[in-house]
Amino acid sequence: MARRKGKKDSQAIEARREALRRRDMRVKEQERQARRIRPLVTPEGAALNLRVATASERAGAFLLDFSILVITVIAFSWLVAIVFSEMGFRGWQIAGSIAAVVVFLLRVFYFTFFEIGRKAATPGKRALGLRVAARNGGRLTANAVLARNFMRELEVFLPLTLLVMGSEDAVGAWTRLLALVWAATFVLFPLFNSEKLRVGDLIAGTMVIHAPRVKLKKDITSAEPLATAGNHTFTHEELDAYGIHELHVLEDVLRQSTSEIKAKVADRIRNKIGREASPTSDDLAFLEAYYAALRARLEQRMLFGDRKADKFDTR
Amino acid sequence: MNDRVMKSYRFREEREADWQALDRIVTRAEKRGVKRLSDEDMLALPRLYRQAVSSLSMARSISLDQNLLAYLETLCARAYFFVYGTRASMGARIAQYFRRDWPDAVSRAVLPTLLAALCLFGGGLLAFILTLQDPEWFWTFNSGWDSRNPDAGYDYLRSTLYTEETNIADMLGAFAAQLFSHNSTIAVTAFALGFCLGIPTTILLIYNGLSIGSFMAVFFSKGLGAELTGWLFIHGVTELFAIVLAGAAGFMIGGAVAFPGKKTRIQSLRDTGNQAALVIMGAVIMLFLAALLEGFGRQLINNDMTRYTIAIGTLIFWLAYFYWPRRTDEAV
Repeated sequence: MARRKGKKDSQAIEARREALRRRDMRVKEQERQARRIRPLVTPEGAALNLRVATASERAGAFLLDFSILVITVIAFSWLVAIVFSEMGFRGWQIAGSIAAVVVFLLRVFYFTFFEIGRKAATPGKRALGLRVAARNGGRLTANAVLARNFMRELEVFLPLTLLVMGSEDAVGAWTRLLALVWAATFVLFPLFNSEKLRVGDLIAGTMVIHAPRVKLKKDITSAEPLATAGNHTFTHEELDAYGIHELHVLEDVLRQSTSEIKAKVADRIRNKIGREASPTSDDLAFLEAYYAALRARLEQRMLFGDRKADKFDTR
Repeated sequence: MNDRVMKSYRFREEREADWQALDRIVTRAEKRGVKRLSDEDMLALPRLYRQAVSSLSMARSISLDQNLLAYLETLCARAYFFVYGTRASMGARIAQYFRRDWPDAVSRAVLPTLLAALCLFGGGLLAFILTLQDPEWFWTFNSGWDSRNPDAGYDYLRSTLYTEETNIADMLGAFAAQLFSHNSTIAVTAFALGFCLGIPTTILLIYNGLSIGSFMAVFFSKGLGAELTGWLFIHGVTELFAIVLAGAAGFMIGGAVAFPGKKTRIQSLRDTGNQAALVIMGAVIMLFLAALLEGFGRQLINNDMTRYTIAIGTLIFWLAYFYWPRRTDEAV
């Protein structure tokens, strides 16, 4: 008997340790996310929290743009070649020359054109919810856009040329390797500063922020009270079992998960606050009622200056 | 009172319609431009914007609805960029660039321009004199792939300067090749590497000068000097001017890093970078024009006099455009 109890205890200790470990990881992740935020005080005196785009988001946006460029050039020169060949002209030679002109124009103007535009973002950036902004919070000037995009020459096209370029002998190969290392410092530059600035951003005084469009969804608490919702009332002790983090997780569950997950979450909450699942009870109604009650309780505590961060936060 | 209805919900209910209205206006402006907004929208915008911003600060302290906070956060950011963003249309901006910004930026950068010209033409002169005295110097400055070297004969060299038969495909090819020529790469790289204190820029300019100088010496030593000058400078005035300006932009940035004065280095880099961008943008336009002149002009015009006239004409045009004193528009 005693041995069995000991086993149960050690299991509980193990579970608690695991939970605390996960919480540490979560807090670290939150700190990491918080470092991405650059507050911008508007002339009205309100602070906007702009999020600096991560290096991977920016790389993704660039790859998208680059693919668009390549596809455009290929499609365009193919079309020109066909048209001129039909007319009995030297189609491919003309197409080659025109493709070169198109490459030149796109290389110089593609990024600049879209970033000077109203959305301050190329199609690739837009797809990932990024946009260019001035680092000091002021206007993004056309000059800044020009400056940041001319440096692309150094950061993208020079390394590309070096990669394509062949080398005949050992000396050539070594020179090429050194040149590649030198070029790599520019390519990898964004990884080594907190604002993920390219050399071009540095010179132009810009940064790239992550500001995707968010749709305003229905407030969960505003949903028409379900028929059985009225049956659920919770005591303060039951509501103090969780904190803001759990409330946000519950919000995500209610907004976007399947009914099986909702059932599981409902079970866990019932377990935690020590309620029996009645055979007639509806999981969704229970969760919505608990969410509303928990949010009301936490918001009330917050108004009194008491933010309960998560379930471990007991004061 | 229904206890499901809490303070943060009532807060949202009272303001939601205004947020949605602001969202609609900003979305329309982002999609179709400011001009497509109606007068009512323009009048409502400042009020709606200020209200959304104050809602955001309020929501941060009273609401725990993640979706609501994220929505307000992005809505305010979008509205902020729109309200405090720039209003000029693309056409007006381009016009202003050619009318004012470009010549201004170039004429303010006289010192870096002179420095870049010194590097380029100094290198050219040095190589020219050395190669005239001893043709072996040519091989020091150029690699062996060009057939126009000291070993070539008079007739061959002369034949490279004039084009007998021309067709549009060849001209287009020459034009395209020029866009990606050595010189345009040098120009853009001279700018891009400027921030390494301008050292790579200096090297690139001198190196480019050396190869041009030694190349000219080959023709001069064979008695083809006047013909070559016409052939080279019909587009060369524009092209070399562009390289000098690109180098000047590189030196501006290099100077901003090396001697930031009272500003921080980053601040100084940013201020100068925006000016230098205007100069380099212009240099790219000039390179494009030079490519047109080379691809079409040089193939079509085989008369030395006309070539000289165009060369001198372009030189006068660029000098007047950049350095002719003009009235400063105080209003803008």
